Amino acid sequence: MKNYIKSDDTLKLGSYEFNSRLIIGTGKYIDYKQNSDALDASGAEMVTVAVRRVNVSNPNKPMLVDFIDPKKTIYLPNTAGCFTGEDAVRTLRLAKEAGGWNLVKLEVLSDPKHLYPDMEETLRAADLLIKDGFEVMVYCSDDPVFAKKLETMGCVAIMPLGAPIGSGLGVQNKVNIRLIVEQSKVPVIVDAGVGTASDATIAMELGCDGVLMNTAIADAKNPIRMALAMKHAVIAGRESYLAGRMPMKKYADPSSPLAGLI
Amino acid sequence: MYLTVNGKIYDNLIENMTMQDLLDYLKLPANKIAIERNREIVSKSSFNTAILNDGDIIEIIHFIGGG
Repeated sequence: MKNYIKSDDTLKLGSYEFNSRLIIGTGKYIDYKQNSDALDASGAEMVTVAVRRVNVSNPNKPMLVDFIDPKKTIYLPNTAGCFTGEDAVRTLRLAKEAGGWNLVKLEVLSDPKHLYPDMEETLRAADLLIKDGFEVMVYCSDDPVFAKKLETMGCVAIMPLGAPIGSGLGVQNKVNIRLIVEQSKVPVIVDAGVGTASDATIAMELGCDGVLMNTAIADAKNPIRMALAMKHAVIAGRESYLAGRMPMKKYADPSSPLAGLI
Repeated sequence: MYLTVNGKIYDNLIENMTMQDLLDYLKLPANKIAIERNREIVSKSSFNTAILNDGDIIEIIHFIGGG
């Protein structure tokens, strides 16, 4: 176990280094302005983004880059909507050309009902992307065996789901997340499933290196406030993990000494 | 000349258009997008010199909100 102290407790992802352990999405907000305000409140230094066709019939439509400056905030392009390795490589090559980032989020989804990752295709796509020179952060099932395979292949971060994407159900399988954390030498980031601040804290207390979320902030009644809550939740969970919690006991143990009573 | 841009057919375009001419025609800012022609990436540095050919299939992408 590394001996962390707060001042240099940074998150290293591939060739990048971050002070914030929170990564937020840019989907589902009312508009890009609200998204930008939530980003400021969250303290996140990286946002996930999707790659899509420009609307050629309406070039005046607002663009994400006009609200979240890619020079100040790192864009993490995702492969949402890709169902094969080849599609993922094609999409991320274009993303690299548009923005220049080498760090990418690979997600190969399957059934829209649960949006579980297709792990067979995820492994294949990860291999193609790594051979193409990308630093791959990979969305995956909370299966320690697949997580290990992805790490061995050279993925720079393992990102198991806490619960289905957009469900807000919180970390469903703490045992698996802990197993993945314990075995991994690269950062583990819970991606998907966080619903409220305590969920993010739980993920961090399990020893995760970061949390990635979108809907928990975007679909909150007040996304800006929730973004701030998530910032504190991730810090609280991280510090709690590093501090090391007290052991649980079966019975009470008085905090004031019983000796010397008058 | 005709092109397919993001799935839409554009015909009656002038001959020997460059990629930058196409962007100007579509009123799209070169610094915010990336382009693929017939599945090959066209680098930004070649927008002014890349001459479009009849029937080229062009994809122009940008970043949008996502998770």
